[in-house]
Amino acid sequence: MAGMELLSDQGFRIDGRKPCELRRIQSKLGVFGKPDGSAYVEQGNTKVLAAVYGPHEPRGNIVKLQDKVVINCQFSMATFSTGERKRRPRGDRKSMELSMHLQQTFEAAIMTELYPQSQIDIYVEVLQSDGGNYCTSVNAATLALIDAGIPMKDYVCACSASYLDDTPMVDINYLEESSGGTELIVSILPKSEQIVFLSSNSRLHEDCLNKVLDMAIKGCKDVYLCLDETVREHMTQVSASFSAD
Amino acid sequence: MQHSKVFMKKTKRGSILKIVREHYLRDDIWCGSSMCNICLHESTPLQANPSSASSVCQSPHYLIVDTNVVLHQMDVLDDEHISNVIILTTVLEEVRRRSTPAYKRIKDLITNPEKHFYTFVNEFHKDTYVERQPKESSNDRNDRAIRQTASWYQSHLNELEDCNTKIVLITNDRANKEKAKEEGITAFTVREYVKGLGIPELLDRLANLDKGSQAHAGDNIQYPEHKSLAEIQRGVKSGRYKQGKFHLSRENYLEANVMVNDDDKDDSNSIFLQGAYSINRSVSGDIVAVEMLPEEEWTCPSSMMLEEEEEEEKADEEIGTEDDLLEKESKAKVRKKIGPKQPTGKVVGIIKRNWRQYCGILQPSVLKRATRHLVIPAEKRIPKIRIETRQAESLVGQRIIVQIDSWPRNSRYPQGHFVRKLGAIGDKETENQVLLLEHDVPHSKFSENVLRCLPSVPWTITEQDLKYREDLRHITVCSVDPPGCTDIDDALHCRNLDNGNLEVGVHIADVSHFIRPNTAIDDEASNRGTTVYLVDKRIDMVPELLSSNLCSLRDDGDRLAFSVLWEMTNDAKIVNTRFTKSCIRSKASLTYAQAQLIIDETSRNDELATSLRGLNRLAKILKQGRIDKGALVLASTEIRFHIDSETHDPIDVETKQLRDTNSMVEEFMLLANISVAEKIKEDFPNCAVLRRHPSPPPSNFDPLIKAAQSKGFQMDINSGKALQVSLNEAVIPDNPYFNTMLRILTTRCMMQALYFCSGMVPESDFGHYGLAAPIYTHFTSPIRRYSDILAHRLLAVAIGQDASYADLLNKKKTHSCCDNLNYRHRMAQYAGRASVALHTQLFFKKRTVDEEAYVLFVRKNAVQVLIPKYGLEGTLYVSKSGEKSEFEFNEENFTQTAHGVTLHTFDPLIVQLSIDASNVQHQKLSIKLVKPVIPGFSVDPAPTEMQVEDGPKQKKLKKI
Repeated sequence: MAGMELLSDQGFRIDGRKPCELRRIQSKLGVFGKPDGSAYVEQGNTKVLAAVYGPHEPRGNIVKLQDKVVINCQFSMATFSTGERKRRPRGDRKSMELSMHLQQTFEAAIMTELYPQSQIDIYVEVLQSDGGNYCTSVNAATLALIDAGIPMKDYVCACSASYLDDTPMVDINYLEESSGGTELIVSILPKSEQIVFLSSNSRLHEDCLNKVLDMAIKGCKDVYLCLDETVREHMTQVSASFSAD
Repeated sequence: MQHSKVFMKKTKRGSILKIVREHYLRDDIWCGSSMCNICLHESTPLQANPSSASSVCQSPHYLIVDTNVVLHQMDVLDDEHISNVIILTTVLEEVRRRSTPAYKRIKDLITNPEKHFYTFVNEFHKDTYVERQPKESSNDRNDRAIRQTASWYQSHLNELEDCNTKIVLITNDRANKEKAKEEGITAFTVREYVKGLGIPELLDRLANLDKGSQAHAGDNIQYPEHKSLAEIQRGVKSGRYKQGKFHLSRENYLEANVMVNDDDKDDSNSIFLQGAYSINRSVSGDIVAVEMLPEEEWTCPSSMMLEEEEEEEKADEEIGTEDDLLEKESKAKVRKKIGPKQPTGKVVGIIKRNWRQYCGILQPSVLKRATRHLVIPAEKRIPKIRIETRQAESLVGQRIIVQIDSWPRNSRYPQGHFVRKLGAIGDKETENQVLLLEHDVPHSKFSENVLRCLPSVPWTITEQDLKYREDLRHITVCSVDPPGCTDIDDALHCRNLDNGNLEVGVHIADVSHFIRPNTAIDDEASNRGTTVYLVDKRIDMVPELLSSNLCSLRDDGDRLAFSVLWEMTNDAKIVNTRFTKSCIRSKASLTYAQAQLIIDETSRNDELATSLRGLNRLAKILKQGRIDKGALVLASTEIRFHIDSETHDPIDVETKQLRDTNSMVEEFMLLANISVAEKIKEDFPNCAVLRRHPSPPPSNFDPLIKAAQSKGFQMDINSGKALQVSLNEAVIPDNPYFNTMLRILTTRCMMQALYFCSGMVPESDFGHYGLAAPIYTHFTSPIRRYSDILAHRLLAVAIGQDASYADLLNKKKTHSCCDNLNYRHRMAQYAGRASVALHTQLFFKKRTVDEEAYVLFVRKNAVQVLIPKYGLEGTLYVSKSGEKSEFEFNEENFTQTAHGVTLHTFDPLIVQLSIDASNVQHQKLSIKLVKPVIPGFSVDPAPTEMQVEDGPKQKKLKKI
């Protein structure tokens, strides 16, 4: 049997999107009461919850820094998030790596110098995974940080892109991710277009790099529009509830 | 854009998984009709006023076809009378899953603007998507989706002002058609529709699929039923059935092998099949499921030569009865069970048919005006095909193309339909066409797009070109090639250096300078893969302007080249290797004979002569070194035809001669290839294009060992070197051809050499057995091989003289490219051989010749002989079917004895060659025995006009 055709001749991807189209994004701020900030983001079938605590006194074995805040990230995936049940939700290499990546990303975006000798915790939980775990996690964490009111230089928006048949494709799902092509992941600060994080998980010829990167950055900006809309809506609601009081 | 989600479940093997996938439905998919002003079209392939030729539907209409129509009636869709067809993605997907060739053809049709085919993405359209309902089979769901789309289209067209265009659904599924009618869709079967068109030629193209109704009075044959696909899959999984590729034996049409690739046991083994019932309607190339027979029923090949005969077929309709077949089977089974038994099985089902279009000829029919006919395919291993045609008279004596459609249980032969005719039998153009089609050689003219990529003439080397190149125009370079060669890829030079060493240069045409990656000309060349040489024709890989002029290193001006330069000591030790793009000016284009003359003419002492002598001397040292390392010197028979310049018929043959200069050129080409291979592997360990020649498994040598033993020689096959030594020792003084025959047999034991991508094969397998080189590639003939162009590009990047591009470094693309090259290369070889065979036939058309021959194999009812002069292998039948043979077959020693004369393997004979024209349709070369004289069997020598020339001819020794 012939394999799946990821991009048809008519220019449609396997789920009916065009190469330049994102999956549907749905997001919500302030989903929990206990943490200082929380958010829920769906990108297609990838669903992520994020919670932010802090800034607070460093706890446990964390060494406090004199000039800036310590950002502590934890990435975990629910055992029911994948097709086959996962053994452990966190602590495996993949999760550790993603935790590190999240930490690096947010160290570049949060105004860390404002809170010396303290700590901010970002907890991210993937409830359902369908590709783009990192990207959705970053987007969810951004919203949670905004909800927590932590000062940042800008939103951080992440998006993935791949390259197939001379066409760059944005926001790839699990099927496209696992087909063996290159996956390029970018996080940017949309206003200044500064790249805060960039990774590629297999080789990509330099001729194609710019095309794919442009596509991913455009994806990030689209994500930004969606997130910004949610935030504004949330703010209107919140201010409405204040004024109603 | 509208989002919606649908969930699909899917099970993967082993565990059951719930897979959830998104499915977006859209409102921006357009209908593709040029009269529609509602949709925001990007392109409108469907015409505004489609013509309506069919009498069943008078009003203008678009066609929607279902999957089975595309799969089985492609030749109808292909016809010029059919246009304005809407292909749904549901259909396209299913076709893609079920048949790759059909998928390719439908894609070609869709891209052809004259056909006005339009692909409608119904699966993603918000109004035409249908969800599979509980308990609905996927086929029913797809049929419903097609009907849904048809009604959507109809209502969409009705929305347009003054539009009377209809949608017509073409389906062969009765239930589907009924349901469509209920839903108010105009629907017809293909037959109804095509009949309405009233074009008899098109009716012929209809595939025969009506099962059962075509049972033929004559064939009371019932093949065992094929198991259902689900059952087969279960069986394969449980290990009860084996899955493999079916290959019919070339020698006996009732025997076959199935090559099974068992991943678990990692040995690829073959299962033997015997008899029509075991073969059970398999056709060469099919993927079949085989059930093993119990071990006590295992057998071995019968060592009979059996060809499908025509005599037994009494009339057109009345073909061999069951008794007939049974009789044959029992005949095939009569054998003493001595040979080593092979695992034997029977086919229980077909997993995937690999039917393509076949060239053939119509078998003459006894009945006048019959419509059912048999077609004899050109490829021997394909069974005859039954077709229906009303134009039989015009097809007699013509080569035609037919397609197999089905093979019902109760039909002895598969059923098919006529596709088109090629031309008259015996006409050389037609026969060449057949040859090219049968070997899948792309031979159409180069398209406009391709020709546009050529540089404009007159073309000159510019300053820009010279910037990155080394100017070697002052060096005395020459090329040495066979006479009449116009595509000269290589030139050589050799000169003394001041430090006493020699500089040797191999200059290869710089084709990659002209063929840039990702252009139309590059795609075309990579698809063609190789230039194909027929006896009287060359099918170029690149357009002639490049192959015979700009790239060809002729002695009429400056050319761009890619040079390999070695500094060598006087005993041929390489001190230094250098690669560079260059510009050269060849001083002479020599033939092998001319070069030899210059070397031998001692009075000549100019630069050219010293250069050639230097090369020659070094080549001899290199060759000796190679042979000492265990490179094989093997033999094959290659001949050359002298073609009459006016009639283009062959008038004489000669075997190719071998001179020192041949091996001189060859030696340096090998050296260049090896040097380049090392370099590109070092720089691109993952994506270098290399060539390997696997060492053959010991079992491959069995026939050679047995044959040598019969003459008392032991063959040591443990290594290439040992084999070479034992081959050298195996000489019988009074049979000088014996050694050559052994080498020919050895050649047959070898594996095929293959192109591969270095990242896909473990490094231990890189070796080239025949050349005894640890690594090898093809670099020296970029004009006629695409692999060489790839090697050129890699090398150019490695030395920083060209830019790389994405696909060059893509392991997977390189791998699939190599697969294609291997296939094309093999097909080109077969086509070349078939062309020689064709000319041999033409040659014997007008003459009967007695010729010296040698026995290659002795079989039960035949002796296979080799005729060195014509490089020809033929079969000398010792017994005619049905008659008692005069010969006695000894299975132990493989001999045939009659009247005190015994025929052994390697025995020299004299045979008479002529064309058996008793059957005009199917002329065969017939071989009869002349000497030794056996009363009642041998024939008298032919009249002396073309008498035998004595002595075995010199063979071309061929290294692989």
